[in-house]
Amino acid sequence: MGELQMTAPTTRQSANLFKKLFVRIGILPVLLVAALIIFTLLSDNFLTSRNLTNVLRQSVYLMIVSLGQMLALLTGGFDLSVGTILAVTSVVGALAMSSLYVAMPDAVWLAILLGCLAGVAAGTLIGICNGIGVAIFNVSPFMMSLGMASVGFGAALYLTGGVPVYGMPQAFGDTFGFGTLFGIPAPIYVAAIIILVLYLFLNRTPYGRYFYAVGGNIKAAGLSGINTKLTLFWTYLLCGMLAAISGMLLTARLDTGEANIGASMPLESIAACVIAGVSLRGGVGRLENVVLGALFIGLVQNGMNLARIESYLQTVVLGALLILAVIADQVRLRFVASLSA
Amino acid sequence: MTSRSDGQKVGQSGEVDAQARNAYPLLQIHDLQKHYPGVIALDQVSLDLKAGEVHILFGENGAGKSTLISMLAGAVQPDGGDIRFKGDPVQLNTVHEARALGISAVFQEFSLIPQLSVLENLLLGAEPRRAGFLDKRAANQQGRDILERLDFHLPLNTRVDKLTRAEQQMVEIAKAFRSDVSVLILDEPTASLTHHETTQLFQLVRRLKDDGVGIIYITHRMAEIKEIGDRITILRDGRYVDTVDAKSASEEKLVNLMTGRVVGQVFPQIDFEPGAEILNVDRLATTDAMVRGVSMSVKRGEIVGLAGLVGSGKSSFAQACFGARQIADGLISFKRQNVTGKTMGQMLRGGFLYLPANRHTDGLMLMRSARENMTLAALDTMPFSNGLTLDRKAEARAVDALAERLNLSPRRVERAVEHFSGGNQQKVMLARSLTRNFDLIAFDEPTVGVDVGTRAAIYEFIAQLCKSGVAILLISSDLPEILNMSHRALVFYRGRIQTELTGSDITEENVLAHFFEREAA
Repeated sequence: MGELQMTAPTTRQSANLFKKLFVRIGILPVLLVAALIIFTLLSDNFLTSRNLTNVLRQSVYLMIVSLGQMLALLTGGFDLSVGTILAVTSVVGALAMSSLYVAMPDAVWLAILLGCLAGVAAGTLIGICNGIGVAIFNVSPFMMSLGMASVGFGAALYLTGGVPVYGMPQAFGDTFGFGTLFGIPAPIYVAAIIILVLYLFLNRTPYGRYFYAVGGNIKAAGLSGINTKLTLFWTYLLCGMLAAISGMLLTARLDTGEANIGASMPLESIAACVIAGVSLRGGVGRLENVVLGALFIGLVQNGMNLARIESYLQTVVLGALLILAVIADQVRLRFVASLSA
Repeated sequence: MTSRSDGQKVGQSGEVDAQARNAYPLLQIHDLQKHYPGVIALDQVSLDLKAGEVHILFGENGAGKSTLISMLAGAVQPDGGDIRFKGDPVQLNTVHEARALGISAVFQEFSLIPQLSVLENLLLGAEPRRAGFLDKRAANQQGRDILERLDFHLPLNTRVDKLTRAEQQMVEIAKAFRSDVSVLILDEPTASLTHHETTQLFQLVRRLKDDGVGIIYITHRMAEIKEIGDRITILRDGRYVDTVDAKSASEEKLVNLMTGRVVGQVFPQIDFEPGAEILNVDRLATTDAMVRGVSMSVKRGEIVGLAGLVGSGKSSFAQACFGARQIADGLISFKRQNVTGKTMGQMLRGGFLYLPANRHTDGLMLMRSARENMTLAALDTMPFSNGLTLDRKAEARAVDALAERLNLSPRRVERAVEHFSGGNQQKVMLARSLTRNFDLIAFDEPTVGVDVGTRAAIYEFIAQLCKSGVAILLISSDLPEILNMSHRALVFYRGRIQTELTGSDITEENVLAHFFEREAA
């Protein structure tokens, strides 16, 4: 198709401009602006620096999980076990930390360190199981992570008998749950470091691009010499590890190890990614947008709280937003096709 | 209405409507236009189709052929101009409306459902019913009638995914004959057919011609144009160029009309200066039995053509050497080292590249940019990275140079590959062979679905690689490609090498003679 000729009437041109803009930026900026306007109108307390810092702190847990979920989506799969990983991490971390604290009450920080390591290791183990199943045995990510979600949740309940785990050192919650540095809550630092490292990894190293390649076309990736099995394995390992870190931070905030946290994480993390334009077909997605996507969900939840919308209804809104995002993605694809045909 | 009566109808109309047919062409297209935002896909194209004629549409990828036939099939609506069918203006708003008039299209992309049987696919959407339930007996009868009329020998109750690609193509064509057909549109129907199957298809086309069916036929292959074409309409950049008589038009003239410029010979002259042996394979067999005991070798600066039918093992052999298939037996040595059982990654880093036949399913990340697709196989080496972090500036520079060298069009390397034309997608994939120093490159069907201009560029590209000392395996179902490009040709049949031909012995007769099992002689 040789020459470009703009012979279309002006109405069509402006419609095209809108389409092009939509194709380029996606649904997220539209939703963010809409949410800001609506909640500012609904509540006076919404648009204050204190509340927005609060939103940021509350969003951190989902944000870290969503980054892991993004890796799984990038490679053309997803991870439904992220919620369970949070629960297992919380329970194992709390059990380890509290019993170590009892055993050696003087070495508080050693107990905290080892407890965190134990928790993160337990959560990562679930990710490793997912990775082995998906990469080596070719189990579909849906079945593998759904199965592991049940395994992990059962194990967490079995370990605790269903009751919360108490007895962690005070310093743990004070530092990682409620601590601040220069007025900024500690979890935000953790998230910032993860975002920075993962951004550099995904965009500035060959291995980062291999994640996109495996999701973009796994056969082409294999024929280009990329170890696709290893890449898939790392995907679920990293996803599990990120969810585990999030689980440990949440444990610090709650000051207890709980088996029933994270139930909404699979849906919310997938929603954050999809709203951010990560393709469910794999191969497409940007980390900075996922950060915004998680923030958006935090913003909506916070706004609905301030506007005193019942928590049951909030769940309805979240599900609807997820579907809306997927529809918007489909419409966008259609625009892409019509613009380039 | 069963299709047997349809058959009779076609026969009768041959006599009864003869006069009416002479009065008006079967199909008249006048000033047809189609705009897409920013692009004119089709600009005032006119042509007519007579009954009993094979009208070839000829043009480069993106010339507007697909847009034109999509309109005739009712899949795309024109922005201007009109279509007349047997003299009457018609609106083709849906595929169903076009079908109802007797205009059916067989596209390159199959519309078959792999898990359903041949019969279920044939009658999909028009299943005979009795009292609301499927009428199996009538369905069987209809299916048999359609196949009988076309003289296709297909098993009605076999699942479509168990058929060969050629048989699937036949099912696809048979689907078009579910109802009365007066205009048949065939979009590169022989792209995946073997020589023998192509002959069968041409017999069908001739029979349909005799029945008074008008056929619009898209092909890039000169031999086919000569064999079955009556008239050729050439399109370029969405515009009508000319309509010429197929029998008298020379290949040169057609290529000139198509490209708007004088193109030299399609096939380059390739000198033969063999160097050291790169690959030596001894009695290789794969666990899936696609390759059963193949021995061969390739030298630097040599092009070895692998010919044979689809499924003869020629692709599987190259894949097995590359580490993409499990090896049951045999020995592969690459650069004098035993590499049997090495992974694809190890082979690639060792200097062997395999470029697959199907760029969509095996070759490209369609939603990613041309840049990322070009550099995918070399990201772990200089200049693209120091092994740990990417050098994105160096990558951009290298990609610009590659786009320039391969004449990528449009030269927008950040554009998603899916938005390029077929020929340019192929160029993006071929660019990989220049991203690191390869000693051996296997090109699997490098010119499938690519127009003549791009084809010449690809051959030139391969010739240059060969000249620079790269050893080349050229796997192809396109006979002229094997005949004109290879220094040595190996003909595969059922996982074995039937014969090896060198130099002037590589002739069409010699190659074809070994395509099929030699009869007990």
